[in-house]
Amino acid sequence: MSLPHAARVRNSQAIRLDHIPIHPVEEFREFVIRSLEDGARLSALYGIPGSDDTVRLLAVLTNGLNGEISLTRTDVHESYPAITQNAPQAHWFEREITEQCAVKPQGHPWLKPIRFQRKNPSHPDGWQQNESPSIFPGVTNFFRVEGDEVHEVAVGPVHAGIIEPGHFRFQCHGENVFHLEISLGYQHRGVERALIGGPNKKTLSFMETLAGDTTVGHSLAYCQLFEGLASLTAPPRAQSLRGIALELERLANHVGDLGALAGDIGFLPTLSYCGRIRGDILNMTAVLCGSRLGRRLVRPGGVWFDLEPSTVTHLISWLDEVMLDLRNAVRLLWNTPSVMARFEETGTVSKQDCRKLGLVGVAARACGVEQDVRFEFPTGIYRFAQIPVSTWHSGDVFARAHVRWMEIQRSAEFMRDQLENLPKGEIMTPIRTFSPNTLVVSLIEGWRGEICHIAMTDENGTFAHYKIVDPSFHNWMGLALAMRNQQISDFPLCNKSFNLSYCGHDL
Amino acid sequence: MNAAYLHLPVALIFAPALLSVINRIKALFAGRTGPPLLQPYYDLAKLLKKGAVYSRTTTWVFRMNPIIGLSAVLVALAFIPFAGSVAVLATKGDIFILAYVLGLARFFLIIAALDAGSSFEGMGASREAQFSALTEPAFLVGLAAVSRATGGLSLSEMYGALSFQTWMSIGPIVLLVAAAFLIVLLTENARIPVDDPNTHLELTMIHEVMVLDYSGPDLAMIFYASALKLWIFGSLLVGLVLPIHGANLWLDALAAYGGMVIMAVCVGVIESCMARLRLLRIPQLLVAASSLSILAFLLLLR
Repeated sequence: MSLPHAARVRNSQAIRLDHIPIHPVEEFREFVIRSLEDGARLSALYGIPGSDDTVRLLAVLTNGLNGEISLTRTDVHESYPAITQNAPQAHWFEREITEQCAVKPQGHPWLKPIRFQRKNPSHPDGWQQNESPSIFPGVTNFFRVEGDEVHEVAVGPVHAGIIEPGHFRFQCHGENVFHLEISLGYQHRGVERALIGGPNKKTLSFMETLAGDTTVGHSLAYCQLFEGLASLTAPPRAQSLRGIALELERLANHVGDLGALAGDIGFLPTLSYCGRIRGDILNMTAVLCGSRLGRRLVRPGGVWFDLEPSTVTHLISWLDEVMLDLRNAVRLLWNTPSVMARFEETGTVSKQDCRKLGLVGVAARACGVEQDVRFEFPTGIYRFAQIPVSTWHSGDVFARAHVRWMEIQRSAEFMRDQLENLPKGEIMTPIRTFSPNTLVVSLIEGWRGEICHIAMTDENGTFAHYKIVDPSFHNWMGLALAMRNQQISDFPLCNKSFNLSYCGHDL
Repeated sequence: MNAAYLHLPVALIFAPALLSVINRIKALFAGRTGPPLLQPYYDLAKLLKKGAVYSRTTTWVFRMNPIIGLSAVLVALAFIPFAGSVAVLATKGDIFILAYVLGLARFFLIIAALDAGSSFEGMGASREAQFSALTEPAFLVGLAAVSRATGGLSLSEMYGALSFQTWMSIGPIVLLVAAAFLIVLLTENARIPVDDPNTHLELTMIHEVMVLDYSGPDLAMIFYASALKLWIFGSLLVGLVLPIHGANLWLDALAAYGGMVIMAVCVGVIESCMARLRLLRIPQLLVAASSLSILAFLLLLR
């Protein structure tokens, strides 16, 4: 049987809405499951509530082999046969659909709220909780292991460190973890809803604060999407500067993570050096745009700030200095047996599980999956300057640390290269209005992994719907799986090796 | 007058300073300035000024623990010979009193942690019980070896009889016991590689997690008691490794206090140079410590 027809686009290429086919739900399901079996990944699956009780589901399937993005749609009412039993990648997405659209995926094995939001206050939601006036985060039926020697440990939402809120339930047998359930939603702000009707003055600010540590990643994904909808191309100099900013963000976060990993096992030297070096890298971002987190650097049509030639030479020598220090700090990690004893064979995720769950970014590459938006769906500067994909095969904490280190080195080489060969010319093009009734899928490899923004315009050329998929959305389940049969005392280390975003997930 | 009456107040005053030394060394390795040397005293003063908060689920056991813990450690300190002097409460067989007074403190610490009813503290209590059961043989057999080597029956006799002659004649045995005592010291005082005194991660803690619910003066007592405990194990280790006494009271004291500072520096260096062990591996380390002690004892039975 041949696969039903689907619309195929490239990264950030606009497509008219009526060119995306609408299939009956069985064919839609068949198509999604078959494509995933053939090696595609589910980058997004979400519902858009219609005017009546129809909900239109859209699946975004990305195929890294040919760089194509397949789009297909279907209309459902109240319930439809779930995809998750056949393709676990859909797990989190289908829970989101239930929550946002009050449509029930029949046969979903783990149907619980993920953000504890409601479609709207007056509407019954997918959990039939419409009697209660409000729905509180963390109030749900947690999976529970019964038995004499089994005990439950609940952590959060308030943590001992200065981190975001999230609730973790461990089912333990002594020090051994049988099962971990992660319950989020404390940071839900309703960003997607607030973006409808845009773009306006606030839109860029929303993007920059979706996940504070991924400011450049998310704002770049948005600007790329904007340019797709308005048929613009950013000037070469702006594209190069964007690349530098994105890699600086990756560098800063990866360095911070390596330091934090060392801190979690009580290894002080790397912790201290990396903390200082991360500060240096943030300061380099500040030289670029005046903000250490890269705010107000990327804008639709280009970038806000240009680099003077003297600043460029300064940045190059600064980068060399930083890399020298960093090389020494990180070498300490790999050369200390007590550190390696903690990293190796802790929190292992197999390549098979990684593919099934659809992990992205560092977590996926650490399982040996060659997956990187910069390589598979290149846009902007990455079409001209390729960065090799860094992978490691072991899938444990060491692999995630080591992939970070390889990416740091490659990002630094890329930045040096870009700074030395910065294209001349303008840094922005004038912006135009959006084409009406159009859809764009924009993918960016943020430091954590694949960032996916999808926007649809209405007949006036404003956002009719905006969907954001942060890499954390794919990866939280990976963390839960990595903890199976691990020591509970290794949880902080595993958690740090994934370092997922709470607010990026909760939106 | 017995010099021990002078050494005891010095221990009471300067025990927290050992923590400052460790912190300074760690800061040095990390390229930081580090906290002021008087920081532990500032902390104690701050805590003493505060009020205490008690959870409604706790009972008298929880409130008694800091008092029992501190008194037990104070009593233990009175049995510890320092710089070759005879301890204030020295008596035959005080090894056992020392071991069980410290055991009493630990017993109350564990049941007070269980009393708080939090799952974290329960985990901490179970880890503490497991690891202390494994350190006890290393400590007691190590002391038995020293007793066998010196013929002393009280700690003061044993440590008084140690000298550089002992190093010359049975050096390897002293070294084995010293290594075992170092591991015991690191374990009992919740230092790296066994526990991380600086971590904020409840799931990985051993000692720190058991005192999470204490505040104010109670926390100050626990903090002070742990500083004294470091002094106790430190003086047993230093007395073994640097048995300098008999020449001049002042020189003996200087050597012993210098030894304590070196001990703190060593702990700081160990903490700066290695990561924590995986929790599963800690029992192996402790069994290794016991083996060292037993080996030392067996070698003396020849």
